[in-house]
Amino acid sequence: MRRIRKRNVFAAVVVAAVATAFAVTAATVRAGSGPPTKIGKGEGRLNVIEWAAYTDPSFAKKFENQTGCIIHRKDAGSSQEMFALMHANGGGGGGQYDLVSASGDASLRLIYAHDVQPINIHLIPSWKQFLPIFKSPPHNTVNGVHYGVSVQWGPNTLIYNTKKVKPAPKNWSVIYSKKYAGHITIPNNPIQIADAALYLEKTKPSLGIKDPYELTQSQLTATVNLLKRQKANLKRFWSYPADEDTSFRNGDVWLGAGWPYQTLQLKANHVPVKEIVPRPTTGWADTWMLASKAPHPNCAYKWMKYVTTPQVEAKQALVFGETPVNPKACPYMNKIKKGSCAGYHLNEPASYYKTIKFWKTPIPQCGWTKKQSCMDYAAWVQAWAQVTG
Amino acid sequence: MWRRPWLKAVALLTPPLAAFLVVYVGSLGVLFISSLWTSNSFTSSIEHTWTFANYRTIFSTSGPYLHIAGFTLKMAAAVTLTCAVLAFPLAFFMARVAGKRTRALLFVMVLLPLWSSYLVRLYAWQTILAHKGAINWALNGLGLPDQNLAYTNTAMWIVYTYVWLPFMVLPIYSALERIPDSYLEASADLGARGWRTFRSVILPLALPGIVAGSIFTFALTLGDYITPLLVGGPNSLMIGNYVYENFSTNLPFAAALAVIPMAIMGVYLLIARRLGAFEAV
Repeated sequence: MRRIRKRNVFAAVVVAAVATAFAVTAATVRAGSGPPTKIGKGEGRLNVIEWAAYTDPSFAKKFENQTGCIIHRKDAGSSQEMFALMHANGGGGGGQYDLVSASGDASLRLIYAHDVQPINIHLIPSWKQFLPIFKSPPHNTVNGVHYGVSVQWGPNTLIYNTKKVKPAPKNWSVIYSKKYAGHITIPNNPIQIADAALYLEKTKPSLGIKDPYELTQSQLTATVNLLKRQKANLKRFWSYPADEDTSFRNGDVWLGAGWPYQTLQLKANHVPVKEIVPRPTTGWADTWMLASKAPHPNCAYKWMKYVTTPQVEAKQALVFGETPVNPKACPYMNKIKKGSCAGYHLNEPASYYKTIKFWKTPIPQCGWTKKQSCMDYAAWVQAWAQVTG
Repeated sequence: MWRRPWLKAVALLTPPLAAFLVVYVGSLGVLFISSLWTSNSFTSSIEHTWTFANYRTIFSTSGPYLHIAGFTLKMAAAVTLTCAVLAFPLAFFMARVAGKRTRALLFVMVLLPLWSSYLVRLYAWQTILAHKGAINWALNGLGLPDQNLAYTNTAMWIVYTYVWLPFMVLPIYSALERIPDSYLEASADLGARGWRTFRSVILPLALPGIVAGSIFTFALTLGDYITPLLVGGPNSLMIGNYVYENFSTNLPFAAALAVIPMAIMGVYLLIARRLGAFEAV
């Protein structure tokens, strides 16, 4: 309530200020139609909406020195927040932001809401080196048009306390069972429905689930019912990555769904945890996307070009605890930390990647059937409220 | 100008009144109007067609929102009641028993938590209530078993009571302080003992203070969304959390959800007025 009111006032002020400040710049930059054919001179500034540490100074400082593009960061705590920031003040980044490091559950929403613009992928030379599945993935490429460049990815992992959870879990079924009731946590995010759908795809073939992000009404209902039963066994939903970290550390939570990032954090704090990547599993892949009203597009292209080079990919992967999309980063990862390339699964065969179902925004068209329509993201948000409410 | 005092009043009142009408009432109006629109589920852009669809979703008995609103209301009521029960004796002691120094000291202690950030206090409570936290440590020290307080509705109730308590203590204090000693003497002269004086003189005169305090605690709980995220459990999410969740993708629905606590508060204020909360003692 208070938030909206604040934003409205804020929006009015910002729109007025931004409109006057950037109208001229925006007009010159967007004079030509379609994406640019070469990268021009940097504008001296780059405004990004990012996951914390996605422009970590340990690798971004060099970029700033080389290009003169000084990075200004806005960290987002969730995909919702990222989308909201991009969509505010008239959308398209409000003429304020240039890039957003969107995850797959937000990227299609940004595309269909026209908050991001097509890019010329050939201006990013490292793109040719990418793992094939990250060149034109469905979460950032629509009808062959690229709306950004893939940057890093990771699986959703099952984290458990080795002192409390014995024997070690082998698959996701443990978080749907009563065995550790009252000590389980899962993310507070509508996209978590896909995890349950993937579990049902295996355990209840009669539902006919083909793609965990493309669910019909009856499949969604069945999934929600599973999640409602699971809720009785939960200690809490975690909303921010640090929340999961805290509950593991305090001994309230023994196992849960999370990311390699949290396992790294917990291990650094000497909490006895391990993670497994049960397969099939869901996963996320992040994309640097260009805001449709980006005031500094040249710096944005320079960043996309820089951040996907093997050396930088390797550094970012090890800072954040994720996996590069560029396999040429492998030797550089091993140079920084021995064995890390294999540790982060960058040397796996193509069959491995097929077992990870990457986040994508649910849309009404089912890819696997023309006969029925699927439930869109708004329906998922409502369904998630039925689980959490 | 000094010949026409009304001109001075107009000049003084116009800026705050205009700000109040435009910024405050105006944005509430916009909030209500946008709750009657819908949002394109694909692009999240607002579609300006008039409909009660959002309210139908909220009030549908098969949906989760009535239950969520009910839970929020219950939590606000429980917190308000607990705050009143805890604050009254404290305020009474401060206003009528304690000496000057003790009173000043108590004032500082009641207000001290407000000097630190609300978030810091929530995180502090997270560690106090945690499985390996201070409460279980103390219980174990007394030979009692662990309590699973962290991430439960009980934890939320405790934390809300803690963070809003000063907002209840202060209005009750000022109501009690203003009761003239002569009233109590008159009551004693007429033969009333302590309990009778309390029930027939002190409590009725303190009631406006209690109601005023309850407006704070009730409204603050009703609109909060941080505490459920940080100290609540799997069944603790309140209306505010769903406003926040829908804010980016479905603004009109978030607006409709935000109207509910406003409506509840409206009814509450009407009742409070009946109880005389807005009349000076």
